Amino acid sequence: MASQDIIARSATTTAPPSIRQQEEVAKLIDTTKCIGCKACQVACSEWNELRDEVGHSYGTYDNPHDLGAETWTLMRFTEHENADGNLEWLIRKDGCMHCADPGCLKACPSPGAIIKHANGIVDFNQDHCIGCGYCITGCPFNIPRISQKDHKAYKCTLCSDRVAVGLEPACVKTCPTGAIVFGSKEDMKEHAAERIVDLKSRGFDNAGLYDPDGVGGTHVMYVLHHADQPKLYAGLPDQPVISPLVGLWKGISKPLALLAMGAAVLAGFFHYVRIGPNRVEEDEHPSAPDTSVHVVDPAVHVYDPHKPGGQGEERP
Amino acid sequence: MKDKPILRYNANERTNHWLVAILFIMAALSGLALFHPALFWLSHLFGGGPWTRILHPFIGVLMFVFFLFLVLRFWRANFFIANDRLWLRRIDRVMRNEEEGVPPIGKYNPGQKLLFWTLLLCMLVLLLSGVVIWRAWFSQYFGIGSIRLATLLHALAAFVLVLSIIIHIYAGVWIKGSVSAMLHGWVSRAWAKKHHELWYREVTREDPPDSQIGKKG
Repeated sequence: MASQDIIARSATTTAPPSIRQQEEVAKLIDTTKCIGCKACQVACSEWNELRDEVGHSYGTYDNPHDLGAETWTLMRFTEHENADGNLEWLIRKDGCMHCADPGCLKACPSPGAIIKHANGIVDFNQDHCIGCGYCITGCPFNIPRISQKDHKAYKCTLCSDRVAVGLEPACVKTCPTGAIVFGSKEDMKEHAAERIVDLKSRGFDNAGLYDPDGVGGTHVMYVLHHADQPKLYAGLPDQPVISPLVGLWKGISKPLALLAMGAAVLAGFFHYVRIGPNRVEEDEHPSAPDTSVHVVDPAVHVYDPHKPGGQGEERP
Repeated sequence: MKDKPILRYNANERTNHWLVAILFIMAALSGLALFHPALFWLSHLFGGGPWTRILHPFIGVLMFVFFLFLVLRFWRANFFIANDRLWLRRIDRVMRNEEEGVPPIGKYNPGQKLLFWTLLLCMLVLLLSGVVIWRAWFSQYFGIGSIRLATLLHALAAFVLVLSIIIHIYAGVWIKGSVSAMLHGWVSRAWAKKHHELWYREVTREDPPDSQIGKKG
């Protein structure tokens, strides 16, 4: 993508190029249509040339067990027993949510290692990545992973390379049930609204769209049967926000701390200018004990020569 | 005999101090590079961003280890004594280079003692929080909540440490004779008497130091 399309850049305090108006895109994942076939995982791995290790089974259908530097999207399977005692198989395609206010970008210390495109895609530039893992600390969704091969952070790119040339992401292209769709964010919201009406008519009263405000909305959205309990879907956060600890660390404390350090240096400098150095007078004889000093009476005494003894009053 | 200088720091103490000082400068510069975007250019001093990320924790651990030796060497001299409270109350006079009413103090003045304990606390926080956020080795053993807290504490402790060291360095610039005491070890008798009278009496054995506490103040 052209450099003008980057509207936010990690570790950059001035405004990035932002005069062009671009429509925001979004991927909508309809968990109610997902059959858990993992074709999206395969498509992701193929398009992005990623081959993760074949892992171990931990008693679920999740494979690999977790997201990784070489697994950017992952079906997470949850067996949920609803109030009627029926089993519901909740399957969620996990991966980067492409937040409008990305915690990873906020936390990243390396200029340009994380960028946000005008269309909403949040992308990692591994060439600038230093491998500190601050993006993991900042992410409210536990998405980025550091590769053990090259110590760079990786995550879903929303196929920014495909989107840039007018293609849909690989996972969208391959999904056999149409559970994943891609388009402008407005269109996706409309599409989701229709799905939700349909779901409600089928008895899913709490069906809804997951586009959390806490991170400014996301460019990957879910249609959930139980939008009142996102946690059911393998721990999808109910109210994701950038942690206040991260906000404090990467927010007000940065300029204030720098200011305080600068002020301390200046305070020292001006103390030196105004008060000056503290020097030892080497001729102050250091070893003369206090007792050798003669006691002098500073009082004024009247001298009367006519008085006997010749003194007005007794000297001490 | 009376003009003979006094050895304030021996060669091992001086070496130890400057090792910590060099490591602190390196740790601070590499840490500041990662702390604020305006200072990211400092990472070039260490060979770029990834090298800064790789080196910073090792520098920090090394600094902590050498700092521990300093602590073992000097902690006894940093206990507070009776005069210290009055000295602190008269800090405004000290700041104006006035000596009247400022009580005599031992090998370290209360400001130096406060610095000592602040440094120790900061170093401990930095070490412990630094381990938690050391991605390459240890972060996998900690939850995201601990990592976030550790990151914030690490930045906070580093901030306090840098501020303390700025004060420490300025004190060295301000009080003439103290930098050379740490560079080649010796101070003049006049310097010792002026700045650390109780210590001066102790090392010159003019008087038992205890009987003198509080006399001048």
